[in-house]
Amino acid sequence: MSATNPPRAPEFDIDHGAMRHLADAQVNVELDTGDMILNIGPQHPATHGTLRVVVRLDGERVLSADPVIGYMHRGYEKLTEFRTYPQVTTLINRIDWLSSFANEVPFIDAAEQLMAIEAPPRAKYIRTILTELSRIATFVLFLGEMGLQVGALTPPFYGFRDREYVLNLIEAVTGGRFHPNFNRIGGLKDDLPWGWIADCRSTMGTVLDSCSMFEDLVLGNEIFEARTRSIGIIPPDIGAGYGVSGSNLRASGVDWDLRRDGRPYLVYPELDFRVWTHADGDSFSRYWVRLQETRESALMVLQMLDRIPSGPIMAKVPRIIKVPEGEVWVETENPLGQMGYYVISKGATGPFRVKIRSASFSNVSILPWLLRGVYVPDVITILGSLYFILGDIDR
Amino acid sequence: MPDEPTPEPSEPVPSPEAADEQPSAEAASTDAAASGAAEEETVAADPRLEELGTLIDAALGDAIVERVVNRGDVVVRVRPDAWRRAAEFARSELDCDFLSFVSAIDWKPAAREGDEAGGDTSAPVQPTEMTFGSAGSAGRWQVFAHVQSTRRHWGVTFKSDVDDSDPRAESWVSVYAGADWHERECWEMFGITFDGHPDLRHLYLPSQFEGHPLRKDFPLLARVVKPWPGLVDVEPMPGEAPEPAEVGAGDAAAGDAEGDGG
Repeated sequence: MSATNPPRAPEFDIDHGAMRHLADAQVNVELDTGDMILNIGPQHPATHGTLRVVVRLDGERVLSADPVIGYMHRGYEKLTEFRTYPQVTTLINRIDWLSSFANEVPFIDAAEQLMAIEAPPRAKYIRTILTELSRIATFVLFLGEMGLQVGALTPPFYGFRDREYVLNLIEAVTGGRFHPNFNRIGGLKDDLPWGWIADCRSTMGTVLDSCSMFEDLVLGNEIFEARTRSIGIIPPDIGAGYGVSGSNLRASGVDWDLRRDGRPYLVYPELDFRVWTHADGDSFSRYWVRLQETRESALMVLQMLDRIPSGPIMAKVPRIIKVPEGEVWVETENPLGQMGYYVISKGATGPFRVKIRSASFSNVSILPWLLRGVYVPDVITILGSLYFILGDIDR
Repeated sequence: MPDEPTPEPSEPVPSPEAADEQPSAEAASTDAAASGAAEEETVAADPRLEELGTLIDAALGDAIVERVVNRGDVVVRVRPDAWRRAAEFARSELDCDFLSFVSAIDWKPAAREGDEAGGDTSAPVQPTEMTFGSAGSAGRWQVFAHVQSTRRHWGVTFKSDVDDSDPRAESWVSVYAGADWHERECWEMFGITFDGHPDLRHLYLPSQFEGHPLRKDFPLLARVVKPWPGLVDVEPMPGEAPEPAEVGAGDAAAGDAEGDGG
């Protein structure tokens, strides 16, 4: 399947995966097992950290699921009230640690809006490039790890390898693989290093190649299809009501991407890109959408590398950053979904209140609804396909 | 999938003129005036926000206490008894099917225990008088929420006052299922009870936890237990007045001297 094809329509009548589980379930019914409480996590690999899901089982079927979160709650909303604005970026790097740079952008944007400062065009381009690179690093890891959830051991190695290429690029610019802390109010800490644009271009070629490779390796795999097709279907209205966002919602056919549809931010209005959706809303389509978005992000980076303007990377900013009184709501399309900050300032050097809207929190809050009635092995693929980061849930 | 043409491209990106104007306005007048100018500009620039505003006015009517446009975001403050009605209206009439968050604000001035105890000098000093943000507030507590439309690509922030002595609000769970966790978080962090919530229990904190951490009078416990470690690095410059700690040491020395003299 090439990138230009429209999203696939469902092309199956009989759900072989479910039929197989049905047979298992009947065996269990004969044994007359009562309800059983099963703890999934907090240390299960599919939980990307310490999420614990307590499921009540009838045989192999989940009767109810209760995610237990908070093992990693660090109280960032409280801590931001004890920090200055430049110090807050250090904290919010650690919310979603796979795409730290993308976390910084909306907060810095909020502070800049309140201070009526606009970053220079070159800084905006570099910010957008690094945001898209974080997206690629995050998604490439997902493309590999999702294989692991269905028992395929090869894809994760490729996923981690490709992520490393991208992290090297981010490290070359920011000095940090995980926590760049590179945004400043009014611009960026540094300019791009010498020769970086050529490196980035060649790495994007590698990423595009790996996307095709993942398409062949994972999407074309019968076992993968059997384990993910029509498993964990999120209807668009239910998903939106729970606040499920980003690729998860686009995989349910909702054509909504803040990069295109939200208030204009960074240089996205100048870019030419496609928003991918899939009509099915199952685990398979979530994988499919993320694969297309990885490719789309690589193409966006290539576009930006061609157009990046020269010029300063910092606007004129006062030496001591005091943000005028006011409040602002800024949301962006982060790799895991919509991330937003409601920043309330009272004219001090630090924020008065910051409400952090993290994507994974809402994405995972649908689990009690979504896991009801599925079979135990599918719990793992559903958890994997929702793709959450614990730091993004627990904040 | 909805593929209707959106009026999005007509929305102008923040122009360099706007960026040039605002600092001068800020320099000439107070911050409040600068933000007011920005608000007017946004209203003039975006007819969709006007349309949204008139829709809200027509439907909620007397339930609205105040409605403002704040930096491209419509902020509607509704009466406490219309909190759930506002959600129902947003979902059915405004097509806002997507819940961003439900949370609360504690407008009480930040405690300055850090400064007084000499512990945390790194904490930014906030104003000591109580002021309220966009659309105002009647007291210390407010619940606020943001909803968006996945089809029409607009969003609304709702705010509602909460009684100081008995903080409670209506639950949104029956309208937006996702409000469940947000309200649980808000309940444990601020102590605001949500009437009609099916299962109000701790989300992040252990079930025995006492207190409501995001309230402004709840100290940052890490700083109470141990002073800010950055203090160690702060040495007085040569010729500067000695630190309070050294004054204490000096007093002790003076006492010793007196003892010797006696």
